[in-house]
Amino acid sequence: MSIHRKACIAGAYEHPTRKAPDKTVAQLHAECARGALEDAGLTLKDVDGYFCAGDAPGLGANNMADYLGLTRLRHVDSTDTGGSAYLIHVSHAAQAIAAGKCDVALITLAGRPRSEGSSGVAPRLVTPNTPDVPWEMPYAPVTVNMYALAAARHMHEFGTTAEQLAWIKVAAAAHAQHNPNAMLREPVTVEEVLASPMISDPLHKLDCCVVSDGGGALVVVRPEIARTLKRPIVNVLGAGETIKGQLGGQVDLTWSGAAVSGPIAFEEARVKPSDIQYASIYDSFTITVLMQLEDLGFCKKGEGGRFVADGNLISGTGRLPFNTDGGGLCNNHPANRGGITKVIEAVRQLRGEAHPRVQVPGCTLALAQGTGGLLGSRHGSATLIMERQ
Amino acid sequence: MTTPSTDRPLAAPQVDAATEHFWASAKQGLLVTRVCTACGKPHWYPRALCPFCLGETEWRALSGRGTIYSVSVTRRAGPIPYAIAYVALEEGITMLTNIVDCDLDSLRIGQPVEAVFKPADGGAMVPMFRPA
Repeated sequence: MSIHRKACIAGAYEHPTRKAPDKTVAQLHAECARGALEDAGLTLKDVDGYFCAGDAPGLGANNMADYLGLTRLRHVDSTDTGGSAYLIHVSHAAQAIAAGKCDVALITLAGRPRSEGSSGVAPRLVTPNTPDVPWEMPYAPVTVNMYALAAARHMHEFGTTAEQLAWIKVAAAAHAQHNPNAMLREPVTVEEVLASPMISDPLHKLDCCVVSDGGGALVVVRPEIARTLKRPIVNVLGAGETIKGQLGGQVDLTWSGAAVSGPIAFEEARVKPSDIQYASIYDSFTITVLMQLEDLGFCKKGEGGRFVADGNLISGTGRLPFNTDGGGLCNNHPANRGGITKVIEAVRQLRGEAHPRVQVPGCTLALAQGTGGLLGSRHGSATLIMERQ
Repeated sequence: MTTPSTDRPLAAPQVDAATEHFWASAKQGLLVTRVCTACGKPHWYPRALCPFCLGETEWRALSGRGTIYSVSVTRRAGPIPYAIAYVALEEGITMLTNIVDCDLDSLRIGQPVEAVFKPADGGAMVPMFRPA
């Protein structure tokens, strides 16, 4: 069963906070849920499907569903593929709606890594019995170096340069200056990125995303319901998802899971990369963006460096406006999981509600791409294609 | 620029049914992995069932020789800079590891390396690699 035009994103809300020392994670989830339902023009009692991932405190969806007061649930899903999970939730919500399992699906994300002192250089949290842990933890993998390994290999194979990677941050910062809620609003230059401290070769500090508190929520509904609401209609056209790992030791760092999830989504959406007018691309690090752009087919494999250079991702001047909210690199990376903010900014673009300085004129087709986990070892990938009806 | 590698404290590795033989071998200076008795392929990291065909597997010694597939000197994740790397072993599998006993700034993708064993808490020896 295809989800093509079977469901609509009717509500989208990004929490304005970037530091919330006096709020609980559960409270942030609730504030995001309220924001997205108000945006859609729906209420708690309309919700019959709930989706959350590992940032939600408790056992799967159990504790947050109860905390939020979701008493009419008939569909739940706590799929967790790290930061990409929320794009998968939109896809799964559309599947559930198409199958008649729910009518109004709520997706929430929230976290306080900034207040809790988490960072990209701390060892990753792992659950007991994770089978890869004993083989890898002795070597001190942390978030940033598991992306740096992919960046180093990309440079080796394709001649990608640090300057080219820096252009991704420059574009994100150019957009963030217009976002009053963005954590980092100062424009930066390629030279400033290269002059920032080297964290793990070849990734500098400014190649890394922010650590922010906050959250977001989405409401996905049956098209018949979307037509009764007052918001512009955003259709889900297609979606893809996968997990890529170390391939039994046949490690290949030159491609990401987007090479699998992307073509699946494009086929279902019945569009091609050159049709996309705006793209939200997961930007945990600059290299994450570059590899996903290649894998989604916006340029050929190995040509990502040339594709992102010279402002080609900047709205108004470049060929592919990306992350016009400032992305994870400058705006927000709540719960260290940037997937939901990728969908939210794509919805803003499709509704014509992005900041006027970064709004893509007549934006009717947008893509959101998420990567969750570690690009250099194992990660989930999700691609979502949406249209303005 | 020169960044000499410095041995850092290593926690005692997790020993369980999946890892016990590996750490016992490492103590003897031997790097091992598991090979499928059905399809014959070696894999990394070692598993009880083959990740290519779910066949039964058995331990097999490795040469400990390979080349650097990718490397990153992690400079700001703690007090001591270290090189994390994927090493492609002669046997056709690639493992996450550290490169040690060298100037970290001199490391290059494609460089030949060989296994070396570094002591951890509790007497275990952790395989790492150094330039060959």
